[in-house]
Amino acid sequence: MKQDIFQAIADPTRRAILTLVAIQALTPNAMAEKFDMTRQAVSKHIKVLQECDLIKPQHSGREIYYHFNAKRMQEFDNWLAQFRQNWETQFSQLDALLSTIKEQKK
Amino acid sequence: MNNHLLFDFNVDKAAKTVYITREFNAGLDLVWDAFTQADLLDQWGAPAPMQAKTKYMDFKVGGRRFYAMISPDGQERWAVQEFTSITPKTNFKMYNAFSDEHENRELPGSEWDYNFSEENGRTTVNIIIFNESFERLERLLEGFKIGFTMTLANLENLLSTLSEKQ
Repeated sequence: MKQDIFQAIADPTRRAILTLVAIQALTPNAMAEKFDMTRQAVSKHIKVLQECDLIKPQHSGREIYYHFNAKRMQEFDNWLAQFRQNWETQFSQLDALLSTIKEQKK
Repeated sequence: MNNHLLFDFNVDKAAKTVYITREFNAGLDLVWDAFTQADLLDQWGAPAPMQAKTKYMDFKVGGRRFYAMISPDGQERWAVQEFTSITPKTNFKMYNAFSDEHENRELPGSEWDYNFSEENGRTTVNIIIFNESFERLERLLEGFKIGFTMTLANLENLLSTLSEKQ
């Protein structure tokens, strides 16, 4: 997991872009319009999102449409699941410790 | 193990916040101690096969816990927790940051807020972790990845060793 994905998601505008393209593929112009941003600003965000593979370009005639890459988002969620697993492991250890201490106190 | 105990884990990516709720089959006094005393923390505070080792812990407002997570190959990852607020047996807050072995902190860190409550002999702990950057969240996991190479059987061994210490 590249850290870029965290950088990408840490930005509220990029999160909003992701939310939009998850619903339907968009051209950079359409994004700029929706967010009331310059094409230049949009291009920067697109670059970051594309670099971490969260969106994929698709050429259609002279336009480029950006699609949401759900598979990549899934990987990110899997990563979070691992994070959760760590906590489960620690808490199981704590369960064992608590029951040991309780036994000792009897 | 204790599948009947409540465990909630949520990440609000937008807010860079992790929410954890866990129920423990023990009274408040004991659970509070397990979260606030170094000798107990070191027995569970790192996911096996990582081990936690506290160099010192001064559990008071403004005090610090300086500790390491040690991987099976002996690699040490140091961190500093600074206690910012303590309401005995109810709540404590701390600021956690990675550091080197000389206690030089690498900022930004994360803010931790722990809440404890007891009902019918069971204690519920709520943990809210606010990370200033997602990168940190990832680094947290980085050190634990080693743990996933471990089989469940090994984990069971560790737990039964703990139980035998009775």
